[in-house]
Amino acid sequence: MEAAPLTTGPAGVETGTTRSEVRSGAASLEFRGVSKTYGSGSGAVVVGTPGAVNDLSFQVPAGAICVLVGPSGCGKTTTLKMVNRLIEPSAGQILLDGVDVQTEDVTALRRRIGYVIQQVGLFPHLTVGRNVAVVPALVGWSKARQRARSDELLSLVGLEPERYRNRYPAQLSGGERQRVGVARALAADPPLMLMDEPFAAVDPIAREGLQDEFLRLQKELAKTILFVTHDVDEAIKMGDLIAVLAEGGRLAQFGPPDEILSHPASDFVARFVGEDRGLKRLSLRTVADLKVEPIGPADGLPTFTPATKLRDALSILLVADTRGGIALDEAGRPRGLVTVDNIASALADEPANPRTRE
Amino acid sequence: MSSEPLVRWDWLAAHLGPIAGRIEQHLYLTLIAVSVGFAISFLLATVAIRRRRLYPLIVVVTTGVYTIPSFALFAALIVFSGPSVLSAEVPLIMYTLVLFVPNIVAGFDAVPWDVLDSADGMGYTPGQRWWHVELPLAIPLVVAGLRLATVSTIGLVTITSILGDSLGGLGYYILDGYHRTFTTEILVGGLLSIGLAVLADLGLVLLQRVLTPWTTAREAVR
Repeated sequence: MEAAPLTTGPAGVETGTTRSEVRSGAASLEFRGVSKTYGSGSGAVVVGTPGAVNDLSFQVPAGAICVLVGPSGCGKTTTLKMVNRLIEPSAGQILLDGVDVQTEDVTALRRRIGYVIQQVGLFPHLTVGRNVAVVPALVGWSKARQRARSDELLSLVGLEPERYRNRYPAQLSGGERQRVGVARALAADPPLMLMDEPFAAVDPIAREGLQDEFLRLQKELAKTILFVTHDVDEAIKMGDLIAVLAEGGRLAQFGPPDEILSHPASDFVARFVGEDRGLKRLSLRTVADLKVEPIGPADGLPTFTPATKLRDALSILLVADTRGGIALDEAGRPRGLVTVDNIASALADEPANPRTRE
Repeated sequence: MSSEPLVRWDWLAAHLGPIAGRIEQHLYLTLIAVSVGFAISFLLATVAIRRRRLYPLIVVVTTGVYTIPSFALFAALIVFSGPSVLSAEVPLIMYTLVLFVPNIVAGFDAVPWDVLDSADGMGYTPGQRWWHVELPLAIPLVVAGLRLATVSTIGLVTITSILGDSLGGLGYYILDGYHRTFTTEILVGGLLSIGLAVLADLGLVLLQRVLTPWTTAREAVR
């Protein structure tokens, strides 16, 4: 019955009204001394149990992506699942827009928090269209409004509704499933999204595409997002803020990516982010951020658009074995000369501006 | 006797009415056994899923029942409840349990954990999760159990003929033909019973297709 294509009329009007719901607000998120301990059979607390979390405190402002990153067993997923209370904390408070999630009705709480997991967890017995509309159906939207919302979100994540809405999940590729998973989590316009390794199950090329697309989407949606990954590069790319967790669920460092790369708080963090953290910092900056030198004879030099990441620019210069490349401005006119030296000196400057990333 | 043909068509033509009546009885006995057996099994399976420790016990009991020869069980029940529908149904029902319970449990076990995790995470109440997610996804294996139990019960109903002429469905003809060394009756009872089992099985396959369209959609990938 969901097969009926939307026609003009009431359903069309509904699309108009739901459009505004795509961007209605984000919530702030705060962890206050949150711990999760897992007792042994005898009731004694086992120190260092995988998944345990130890006295976490940090704040995520509304509209920011906060990435939880750390080695396996460090409690990332536990931390995430305590927000929608799939796991109950042993101590501490989690505040959503200043309200302790423990004081809310658990079902109502979960329905206004988007939830995306690595395995996606699409319902195999429902069509893509109905999968996306699962939460709207739970909270009692009309069928027409569910359908309109579902089509709107499929378009938003780049899946043509006409082609996809009547398919079953088994008829999708891994990347398409992840998109449907994101669309489903956005359906009831949640002020907070929890994403547990959402892109880890797809191949590296598809993953990069999904990450870029999601960042583009987030620019428009500006949701608050708690994002779990074990991949440092993904954390640096996706995070406005990064919480590095160490074994035992301790918060090893919390801050913007550039700060974590430039000033790791401990040997653990330095080792975890890797010896190439200098290069990683270059991927936070683009050619547009660079102070350039006057151009001399420019024949045959590589050119860089303003959006080119410095890490890529450096790599191109090293491979091409030239003295420099030409930085272009937005209009494609030469702006100045980029050399290995000016790329290196960029890291000495002030921290990367998160707004100019991508 | 040696001049008797394998099938006496004139006998067949003269008995179409009674044969139809026996088919009806056969289906009726099967339907009761399968429905009641399914209800009891669903309960037992639900207990087994909630209390995993009890599952081995349930398996031992239902399998134990299955080892009792049906012939002996029907004969024993005549002592208690006479040649009644009850005497026919109790063993038939008991024999379905061993076919139903493991399939129902496996059906619910087969629901992927990530599907359950996301259902919980999106705010399904336990009841909504069971009805809208677990039950539909368990259907393929539950129907597999239903097919086994139905086919097996249609075969077993013929043995209830030993309870008396008023029971047995098509088994009445098999037993009567045996006593009278009348192959026409044996063939009519046996072949029609097989026919019923095949038709019922096909019907259940179709039912499953209708109930679970997603299981056949796979081939339609662009």
